[in-house]
Amino acid sequence: MAAVQPFADEPHAVEQSTAISKPPRRSAFWAIRGRLERKTYLLIALLGFLLFIAGWWSVAASGWVNSVFLPTPPDVAQRFQTWLLEDNLLGDMGISVYRVTMGFLTAALMAIPLGLFIGTYRPVQAFFEPMIEFSRYLPAVAFVPLVLLWVGIGEGSKITVIWIGTFFQMVLMISEDVRRVPSAQIEAAQTLGATNGETVHLVIFKSALPGIVDTLRVTLGWAWTYLVVAELVASNSGLGYVILKAQRFLQTDKIFVGILVIGVLGLIMDQTFRLIHRKAFPWLYLRA
Amino acid sequence: MTTAKIEVRDVGKVFPLKRETRVALERIDLTVQANEFVALVGASGCGKSTLLRIVGGLETASSGEVRVNGQSVAGPGADRAMVFQDYSLYPWLTVLENIRFSRQLRTHREDMRVSVVKTALERSYALLEVMGLTQVKDAYPNQLSGGMRQRVAIARALLSRPEVLLMDEPFGALDAQTREVMHDLILHLYKLEHSTVLFVTHDVEEAIYLAGRVVVLAPHPGRIDSIHAVPLPESQQRTLDMKMAPEFLALKQTLLHRIRETSGVYTDIALLQRLTGGKTQS
Repeated sequence: MAAVQPFADEPHAVEQSTAISKPPRRSAFWAIRGRLERKTYLLIALLGFLLFIAGWWSVAASGWVNSVFLPTPPDVAQRFQTWLLEDNLLGDMGISVYRVTMGFLTAALMAIPLGLFIGTYRPVQAFFEPMIEFSRYLPAVAFVPLVLLWVGIGEGSKITVIWIGTFFQMVLMISEDVRRVPSAQIEAAQTLGATNGETVHLVIFKSALPGIVDTLRVTLGWAWTYLVVAELVASNSGLGYVILKAQRFLQTDKIFVGILVIGVLGLIMDQTFRLIHRKAFPWLYLRA
Repeated sequence: MTTAKIEVRDVGKVFPLKRETRVALERIDLTVQANEFVALVGASGCGKSTLLRIVGGLETASSGEVRVNGQSVAGPGADRAMVFQDYSLYPWLTVLENIRFSRQLRTHREDMRVSVVKTALERSYALLEVMGLTQVKDAYPNQLSGGMRQRVAIARALLSRPEVLLMDEPFGALDAQTREVMHDLILHLYKLEHSTVLFVTHDVEEAIYLAGRVVVLAPHPGRIDSIHAVPLPESQQRTLDMKMAPEFLALKQTLLHRIRETSGVYTDIALLQRLTGGKTQS
């Protein structure tokens, strides 16, 4: 019986509690989930960037690392200029953007309806989901040789590799977005007399759409990853190909530029998606 | 003689769990007359929401049958509009668009004659006015308070004049003051609409104030414990002072007793003393 009465057996607990009654001091700057003025936020962000570049620069300039392997920031800037003005950087960017867009759009146009039905109807889920769960663990990169045999070395093969890398993830994430639609929204439509078809297109799709657009934004980042994979192994144009070629000639500065350009292009596309999100779904950005 | 609007006949509901099954409802018999306001109360787990959802067609009964207007219920339908506790509004539609949502549906499309469309349009404006939502008709649900959101949900359910209104703890998420305002609004609408209302709540006072009859359900398994007629004037003529009437308080006492007795939760002085380490502050 004594074991179940821990409360009465601890007379000291009360006395000790007075010792810790003083609240700990906390600064406003380090408040957990605290507020930060926009200006201060941007300043700190800028500081992060500057410190990174300064670190890179000082390591490169110190001579610790052979400059063949680590170019300085000015070297990279210089290379960017010559690539842009003499070596058709815009052409390389254009072909890469084209491939990403095509692969990504093909995947999205197939994944949206499929994800919508998987998330809505149990039999459809049972039919597709286990298969797709399995497929997404198949390494997309290992499909490259097969894709080359099947599709050839044209544009189709790059687009197919991007498709393999993004489609399966996209379907699963979109079906998850669809499953997150509150049942009360669905049931309200049903008790107002909506048919299944009306419930799917007037409620479930509309309700899941902001989540779907977010999913597309995230998967677009992966599309860029698979683009580089495709161009590294099976291409003679595009940013990935130029990066591979630069490696053969030990042009590390060019590799740096290639990586940075892909990063910036990805960032621009990501921000475009965020802008679309804000414009298309204004109700999500309202203050009560 | 009055006509039976909703007939619940020997309804049972069993939820299959991993190993065993859970009996949510057992042998429920209930008849709701046309234009009647019936409240369902009971301890949590008594199946009052499940019963409402079976009437609404959102759940299927494991046994027995529900008839509305003599027709067996096979699924949700426009004759039985339902109001939920929360999260049922469409955040991408404005207040007015939410209220008019049902106009897009095929069921209501036979009513596309000009006169009917005009009536629906007028009715949506009338509902805005009755609900005090005219000022915010172009706002999105995110911009509204909880009470306003529920008013929109009720207006949306009422637009197509459903014969039966099913309400599943519609004011459960609102604060006490807003709730009182909503009660008078509901009584006012009930007077205007002549609909039949089945209302689920955990608030006994709310049940008595609104309903003509209060049904107490008991849990484990969910079953009807008792049915009480409210000894007040008809729902349409109730006023706030009646909450102080001796009949009101007596019924409240009885209902609370029934719920406590059937809930299986009890407070034991010895148990409470252990929580405070033997020291009781009296």
